[in-house]
Amino acid sequence: MNTPTALIAEDEPLLAVALRADLSRAWPALQVVAAVGDGKQALARALALQPTVCFLDIRMPGLTGLEAAQALAEDWPEGAPFPLLVFVTAYDQYALQAFDAQAVDYLVKPVQPARLDACVARLQRLLAERSAHDRAVEPADADALQQTMAQLRALLGAAAPAAAGRLEVLQAQVGANVHLVPVDEVVYFEAADKYVRVVTASGEHLIRTPLKDLLPQLDPARFWQVHRGVIVRARAVTSARREESGKVTLTLAGRPEKLTASRLYAHLFKGM
Amino acid sequence: MTVPLDWRHAVVTSRRLAPAGRTGQRACRPAPTIRLVTSARPSSPASPADVAVAAGRGWRWKASPLTRALTLLILVCTAIAVLLALLFGGLADKLIHSFSIGLCCWGATTAVGRTVEFGRRRLAGGVAAGDGAPVPPTHAAVRTAIVLTGAMLGGSIGLLVGDVLTGHTSAPLWDWRSRSSQITLAVTLLGATMFTVVMTLRDRLAQAQLRTAAAQRQAAENQLRLLQSQLEPHMLFNTLANLRVLIGLEPARAQMMLDRLIAFLRATLSASRTSHHPLADEFARVSDYVALMEVRMGPRLHSQLRLPPELAALPVPPLLLQPLVENAIKHGLEPQVAGGRLEVQAERDGARLRLTVRDTGIGLGEHAHGASIPGTQFGLRQVRERLHTLYGERAALSLQPAADAEGGTLAILDLPLPS
Repeated sequence: MNTPTALIAEDEPLLAVALRADLSRAWPALQVVAAVGDGKQALARALALQPTVCFLDIRMPGLTGLEAAQALAEDWPEGAPFPLLVFVTAYDQYALQAFDAQAVDYLVKPVQPARLDACVARLQRLLAERSAHDRAVEPADADALQQTMAQLRALLGAAAPAAAGRLEVLQAQVGANVHLVPVDEVVYFEAADKYVRVVTASGEHLIRTPLKDLLPQLDPARFWQVHRGVIVRARAVTSARREESGKVTLTLAGRPEKLTASRLYAHLFKGM
Repeated sequence: MTVPLDWRHAVVTSRRLAPAGRTGQRACRPAPTIRLVTSARPSSPASPADVAVAAGRGWRWKASPLTRALTLLILVCTAIAVLLALLFGGLADKLIHSFSIGLCCWGATTAVGRTVEFGRRRLAGGVAAGDGAPVPPTHAAVRTAIVLTGAMLGGSIGLLVGDVLTGHTSAPLWDWRSRSSQITLAVTLLGATMFTVVMTLRDRLAQAQLRTAAAQRQAAENQLRLLQSQLEPHMLFNTLANLRVLIGLEPARAQMMLDRLIAFLRATLSASRTSHHPLADEFARVSDYVALMEVRMGPRLHSQLRLPPELAALPVPPLLLQPLVENAIKHGLEPQVAGGRLEVQAERDGARLRLTVRDTGIGLGEHAHGASIPGTQFGLRQVRERLHTLYGERAALSLQPAADAEGGTLAILDLPLPS
């Protein structure tokens, strides 16, 4: 069996040092390959190093631990075993409830040694199961990944704030002009750096409201998130094609380009 | 151009990207902005029932108004009957007369009062006004007239009823020359007045108690929320987690951090009990908080606190500056990967005191992932409300994008100097 590796994402330096020290005591075989202080680095380093376990702080600059996990799940290379995720938080009442419900492991700061030992034991058990499956004919990684996806979807759903009200008309400003765009004319929204592109059949506009703030204000029956950076109007999708990688390619009415639904959201497109 | 204080929270709470001020600020960039048209959330005013329930505990007499009125009526009627019986004899007759007059007076006064109120309601609110429509309180003269009319009317009827019940024949109440009429009239008016005065006082007392209880409840709630916003569990547990690590690594530094935490907790827990403290104390409090955050954020946070010695003793309300500092760190610097700098300073501008909190964080335009941390919203609103209560229009708080190239946010607290 290969040496298990870990990535620690924690923005408070002392806590990162401490978690590393505690882990070396509780799990001497575990090799910490990266310790990063923000969510974007966590994503980049995890994709590059493919650690066995990721310890993700929930509140980090860049991306939150949950957002980093979402991006990891979407961008994770085909065939490689998805890391075991452990979320770390000081106090997030609602998140903890969601974690409990989803049986995702989490640590509460300050991390108590006994709790860390239990977490390590659980991770080791999961890894043992995983390698047992590897020796078997059919690798069960696909199942494990599907399960992780389902858990992540539920966590992301629980983390979404309550809607402040339904949005019916978007107002996109260009210079002194404000364009009013009814949401029903939108084909899809796409996050682009600091803006969100609002794409309609006839053109596109830029707005500054982040996608994650937009999402709760859209009718979930009409607008589906299909990727962490894309929300599509369901009625504008004419067909969906499942790819080898688990992603789904969407063909749109009124737009020539195709969209990709990540494997996190591929479950939305299934034959009836 | 300044942006109203609650701007950041307008975005956080209702997901509106609002003010023209910011658009103007950023006009140099071809920045598209968006305003979202959302349905307004209905506000939920505190239920009057809640207040009544809470206030109810303060009442000494929990009877219904009707029971209360009847009990008082029985007391007054019995007292009058006993008094008259002692003077003129015939307790049974006096009791019957007293009670029939008393009951009739009460009924007549109530009827007259209701009629007047109904008329006023119609006059004030027209037909549309329901029972719940507010009507200005009855004038004292009107109340007196109602009591007098009720007493005369009820007295006359009650006297007749009493006569029928006892078999006597009394002179009518309006017969001035009859001595018995004079006595009956005087006693009736006296009784009616006593009854009215006592009932009115009781009502006023009950209302005052209700108001006091509601105010106390409001104050307690505010204090609780202030504490919650200051002692945010996330901050507390993260600080403790750091402390736990430091104890093993650098005990001396751990001790210093613990001292800061103790000072912070003590100050927070006692802040709501003082109305003013020296500006130096406010800075010391901010310094405790910043020191804790510096341990947590490490090299990502640099801070500079500048308090000119001549301003150190100026009295300021506690916890005005600190929520701004917390805001700058939580929403400006913490969400920024590279961290940044925090500058807090006090300066005198003629007859005014200006306190500024500047950060080089992500600025007002960005949505920090942690922007929805509960408590800070309350902290800022609390600052604004307290400024208004203490200084009216003479104090101001503004949040604006920092003007220089480093970016971030500038909060300015502008107070009148104590004369």
